[in-house]
Amino acid sequence: MQVIESSKEYDVIIVGSGAGGGMAAYVLTKAGANVALLEAGALWDVAKDGAMFKWSYDSPRRGFGGKEKPFGEFDGCIGGWEMDGEPYTMAPGERWDWFRARMLGGRTNHWGRISLRWGPDDFRRKGIDGLGDDWPITYDDIKPYYDNCDRFIGIFGNNHASETGLHNEPDGIFQPPPKPRGYELLIKDACDKLKIPCVPARMSILTQPLNGRAACHYCGQCGRGCGTHSNFSSPTVLLPPAEKTGKLTVVPHAMAREVLSDDEGRATGVSYVNTTNGQETTLRGKIVVLAASACESARLLLNSTSPRFPKGLANNSGVVGKYLIDSTGMSVSGFIPKLVDLPSVNEDGVGGMHLYTPWWVDNRKLDFPRGYHIEIGGGRRMPGYGFMGGIEEHPGGSGGGYGKALKEEYRRLYGTGVGFALRGEMIPNKDSYCEIDPEVVDQWGIPVLRFHFKWSDHERKQAKHGQETFREIIQTMGGTVTTPWRDHDQDYGLEPGGRIIHESGTIRMGNEPKASVLNKYCQAHEVPNLFVCDGAPFVSQADKNLTWTILAFAWRTSEYIAEQWKKRSI
Amino acid sequence: MSETAMSEISRRKALQVLGTVPAAAGISWTGAEAAQAHQHAEQARQAAADEKTAYEPKFFTKAEYATLGILVDLILPADERSGSATDAGVPEFIDFMLVDQPTRQTALRGGLRWLDRECDTRFGKAFAACAAAEQTAILDDIAWPEKAEAKGLSHGARFFSLVRDLTATGFWSSKVGVEDIGYLGNVPAPKWTGAPDEVLQKLGVSYDGLEKWYRPTDAGA
Ligand SMILES: Cc1cc2nc3c(=O)[nH]c(=O)nc-3n(C[C@H](O)[C@H](O)[C@H](O)COP(=O)(O)OP(=O)(O)OC[C@H]3O[C@@H](n4cnc5c(N)ncnc54)[C@H](O)[C@@H]3O)c2cc1C
Ligand code: SF4
Repeated sequence: MQVIESSKEYDVIIVGSGAGGGMAAYVLTKAGANVALLEAGALWDVAKDGAMFKWSYDSPRRGFGGKEKPFGEFDGCIGGWEMDGEPYTMAPGERWDWFRARMLGGRTNHWGRISLRWGPDDFRRKGIDGLGDDWPITYDDIKPYYDNCDRFIGIFGNNHASETGLHNEPDGIFQPPPKPRGYELLIKDACDKLKIPCVPARMSILTQPLNGRAACHYCGQCGRGCGTHSNFSSPTVLLPPAEKTGKLTVVPHAMAREVLSDDEGRATGVSYVNTTNGQETTLRGKIVVLAASACESARLLLNSTSPRFPKGLANNSGVVGKYLIDSTGMSVSGFIPKLVDLPSVNEDGVGGMHLYTPWWVDNRKLDFPRGYHIEIGGGRRMPGYGFMGGIEEHPGGSGGGYGKALKEEYRRLYGTGVGFALRGEMIPNKDSYCEIDPEVVDQWGIPVLRFHFKWSDHERKQAKHGQETFREIIQTMGGTVTTPWRDHDQDYGLEPGGRIIHESGTIRMGNEPKASVLNKYCQAHEVPNLFVCDGAPFVSQADKNLTWTILAFAWRTSEYIAEQWKKRSI
Repeated sequence: MSETAMSEISRRKALQVLGTVPAAAGISWTGAEAAQAHQHAEQARQAAADEKTAYEPKFFTKAEYATLGILVDLILPADERSGSATDAGVPEFIDFMLVDQPTRQTALRGGLRWLDRECDTRFGKAFAACAAAEQTAILDDIAWPEKAEAKGLSHGARFFSLVRDLTATGFWSSKVGVEDIGYLGNVPAPKWTGAPDEVLQKLGVSYDGLEKWYRPTDAGA
């Protein structure tokens, strides 16, 4: 097979164009570096290819997405839990569901935009409860980069630490949050009674224009991608200014196979396969940045073996792939009679919640460490596939029926449901990791990942607490819980690992080269010109979603790379 | 906590109350199969539209399709506010979905057969040939699963619930249905002003005390 070897040497090769890769491309091109951005998926322009303002009836499937579009037919992501030609495997009896995107911008095209800045405690949990490990940096190290993201990308929310007394919910630089919807006020009312804080959500959606991007027009469709670029995605916020520098070369359909290295243990480039025609190419670069998503980046390193690195590049510690973490997830829904027969109003708002509940309990009073936040949902959404399915089981209904009375019942019960989702912190454990499957390859012959994953009682107890709390809120609202109680044998309703799509931890950072892969600048201990910019460097999760932190770290790491590159010291 | 758990109606499965997550899990077909099914159904629709002839079902036989049309209109008939399920194109939608998602074909076809057998036993003729009162007599027995189970008609009830769900999706996600149910979104709104007073009053909530978060001078507030 003929392999094309490019003669040009880039200053930096970045693998993956999502949150981490997009940010690296932005910061590094701005600093003057010539950057090649390899992306396994196709180019995708939300303004042209997105489905904003489409109606369910614009499609014969009415929004049903199936395997190719697990979040619905109009969802703005190419990818899924299962992709033809790109398998992954699991150890017998274990389960990890792996969501992957294959397109310019990766999962940032359709992510939920819930952007929760982590707090000081989130980087020093071991110091507090003795579990897991502490980060090699503190909140103060990363704070300026969170501020950068707030200012440059834009985020709405408010500063509530002084009001709620929640010291681990730091202030940020926020645009005005949108007022709550009716049902959200009702939820807040119940939370007030239960002394559970319920405060404006923090989402990377513009409520005021910023850097040439328009303010949100409240169509509620962020998951389809935003045609006016009012929410954050890598291709609409990070890549345009990078492209403007003239320093960025985007290479779509480029599935990285291996990071190449020399005898001195330096990365020299990346070899990739063009997924449209199978052409193999090697690209040379002075510095390599991995941002292919936590598990893909680990897979790349594990597949990049050489005499010097028999267990994979930068992996003489054997830590690559270890400590795989996701957020915990569990949901409870309810029917709220007060919401029956409400006047018709447009409740779209932004594409997500306007209020949420940050973690509020003191763990010293509980039988489990770490916490969760609550994401709320409900409202009169666009009817689509699956609309009010199972009405015969609806507690507000008549147990079935047909005819005019049934038609009226659908009208009455529309928009009367509320949902509460727990998103919480998992403690990294030794039993959760990914490795190369010794037998299975993908369609390009690249060995695939095999996953191992286990929850512990730390997470189960948290889910139990969540179930109890959500039921209490629904009942305080005068509602009926419609989700059955899940017991210990059902992990109290915990979703399987991977399901919350907050994969991280597989190329962890630390001060100790024997126990970590990266130093505090996300630079490989063993390969000085190799960096990681996605969720893989994370030492632990927080009870807060991780992407704002991926972005802040990618900014910090890229700034460090730029400094070192200018000094020619790496 | 067990009190809260006990107050649970144990038979209830998790409801699709939010109506956002596709209801059907575990449907398996390859991308190519789905694309092909889609294409066939589209071609059929287009051909029917071009020739101004009746829609030719791709999955159902003519007889099955006629029965389905009667059933969906019994489930969601026309009333003073909007048209019927067939007015909203529900039979075409169901036919399409069955080609698109073959896993439900047997349940639907078998269910229609069950219905005809039941009518034959009771009235000596197929469902479509039954008088309106005969048809509703059967529905009265299978449209409420709990009642149906007590009468030993759980298979009929299961089938009917499936058709009711498909009818609801097909109807309410159509243009007719969206307008009927009063979904007012999916439009660009220059400002977000929160819930109107009539809603606040009905819910007994207000924005009072939240001025600290939602300053009136802010855009969108
Ligand atoms: C539906 C959904 C909702 C979410 N909601 C939230 C939320 O509200 N808040 C939050 O914080 N997070 C959320 N997330 C998670 C968030 O999307 C991810 O944390 C974030 O996108 C991770 O960024 P990344 O750069 O690591 O990976 P990605 O955004 O996935 O980008 C990785 C890119 O690398 C490419 N790639 C992979 N392998 C290779 C290879 N070998 N060669 C070349 N390119 C490759 C991929 O094609 C992809 O484009 C959500 C995710 C999903 C799916
Ligand atoms: S809700 Fe706002 S940010 Fe989201 S897609 Fe619509 S306009 Fe864009």
